[in-house]
Amino acid sequence: MDGAAAISVEGLERAFGDVLAVQGVDLAVGEGEIYGFLGPNGAGKTTTVRMLTTLLLPTGGRATVAGHDIVSEARQVRASIGVALQEAALDPLMTGRELIRLQATLQGLPGGEGRRRADDLLERVDLVGAADRRVGSYSGGMKRRLDLAAALVHEPRVLFLDEPTTGLDPVSRKTIWDEVRSLNDEGTTVFLTTQYLEEADQLADNVAIIDDGRIVAEGTPASLKADVGNPHVRLQLEEGSIARAEEVCAEIGRLLPPVDARTVLVEVEGGAADIPRVVRALDDAGIEVGSLELVHPSLDDVFVAKTGHHIRRDEDEADEQPVPA
Amino acid sequence: MSELAANLRVVKALGLRSIRQTFRRPQLMAPIVVFPTLLLAIQTGGAGSAVNLPGFPPVQSFLQFMLAGAMMQSLMLAGNSGGIALAVDIEMGFTDRLFAAPISRYTIVLGRLAGTGALGLFSALWFLAIGLVFGAQIEGGVPGALLAIALVTATAMAVGGIAAAIALRTGTASVVQGLFPLVLVVLFLSSAFFPVDLMIEPARTIAEYNPLSFVVEGVREPIVSGVDAADTGAALLAIAGIVALGLVLSARALRHRLKVG
Repeated sequence: MDGAAAISVEGLERAFGDVLAVQGVDLAVGEGEIYGFLGPNGAGKTTTVRMLTTLLLPTGGRATVAGHDIVSEARQVRASIGVALQEAALDPLMTGRELIRLQATLQGLPGGEGRRRADDLLERVDLVGAADRRVGSYSGGMKRRLDLAAALVHEPRVLFLDEPTTGLDPVSRKTIWDEVRSLNDEGTTVFLTTQYLEEADQLADNVAIIDDGRIVAEGTPASLKADVGNPHVRLQLEEGSIARAEEVCAEIGRLLPPVDARTVLVEVEGGAADIPRVVRALDDAGIEVGSLELVHPSLDDVFVAKTGHHIRRDEDEADEQPVPA
Repeated sequence: MSELAANLRVVKALGLRSIRQTFRRPQLMAPIVVFPTLLLAIQTGGAGSAVNLPGFPPVQSFLQFMLAGAMMQSLMLAGNSGGIALAVDIEMGFTDRLFAAPISRYTIVLGRLAGTGALGLFSALWFLAIGLVFGAQIEGGVPGALLAIALVTATAMAVGGIAAAIALRTGTASVVQGLFPLVLVVLFLSSAFFPVDLMIEPARTIAEYNPLSFVVEGVREPIVSGVDAADTGAALLAIAGIVALGLVLSARALRHRLKVG
């Protein structure tokens, strides 16, 4: 194991009865890195995070966080990490200020220091005006910011964020992204699970893709996308013409798994130069094209290449709106 | 700061949160104050002449006799409410925040029990005040009142320990809430509301050996006749037994919770 790694994992496993939720995960996260842990719902992301944050005992393998073993030195691990879990675990009856002060006490900060940290963090996440309101009255974005502030109260070396922006609107999502970048600039190592490809692409220095409890790819977003290779053409068509369009496109390039009933994806070696060929072939076949787009490899393509299916279901895609610049 | 001092600060902080939670959620307060007060009013109003039954222990009034029962009902429901609140914390993930902190995990249970104990204290003060306002005498005087308050507070924490263990084991508020009828059965099968000597079998035998009856008598004696070492000792032993059961169950449930996540 790499002694300098903020997080080092070897063969980590977790079984629930006969079901292996995490199957031999290996990974290494360097100090000061933002590490994206990308995968669909049920892939094993949260189970892995719960083991790394000592909330769940592994059934196999080993891991260290901030240099401490997650099983035999669990308490030292907990003193070194900040945790903001998937469902912002907030008491709706507490005020924001009460919650951060409680978190400061849990982390062993003396009373005066805890109060000062609470004031600073509430200002940092722009919740000063709502600090004495009950959390139950907060919006989803405010809850996430409060959860993040609580995780930072003891200035942890390693911060675990489990799907920190799931369900947030694009503006709130950007606020969280900015805060994550800012924390990382200050030297905090961030382990971020997400099912948003754009989030991993934008934030992470390194990405691991997990599917069905196994790591299927790991590297920088750029290297992973480069490995996939060619861009693809995305065609929007009428439903009835899909089968014929696929036959035509298969002669030009490699068909990729469809994302919905009206879309054909075809990988083309020549990139933009191949677009006229595709258009002509479809036109010759009498197929009307609704729209056409040349798409360069994304992390979703990496995911498809490694697993044979897309990371997200159609119904989830509406949730992934573009984040403002 | 020593580890003990740090843990005590956590227990205090979690206890205060528990108390705030109860006062901010009226549905948690109702079973602790409103229901036992109503039952006390109904029973003393409707069955006050029970004190004239042959074999009824000598008391100043039925209200004086019933005060211990009302306190028992209140503390049992306070303990149950504490368990429900802990299960709600588990359901909404709040306990993950606590489990992920570098504290002894027993402080999480102790913090909840500190809050339950405070509610027991409140309950004892409330019913003693009601008794005094409506003419019941505390025969044991100030020491007797203090003893009753201490026993009620300790019993609330002991009962809360068992409810907390069930909450940790199941992680489901509805299961802990489902204990409510059982709490009433245990109460009615004790000397809380009626003298054991006047009960019929098999309730009488069950009530005689029900640990709660020992606690009830320990609380009742300072009110109806004065401090009695034997009754106090028996009550303390019964409380110790409930505490021990709660500790064992809680320790096992904590281990289980960590295992299942």
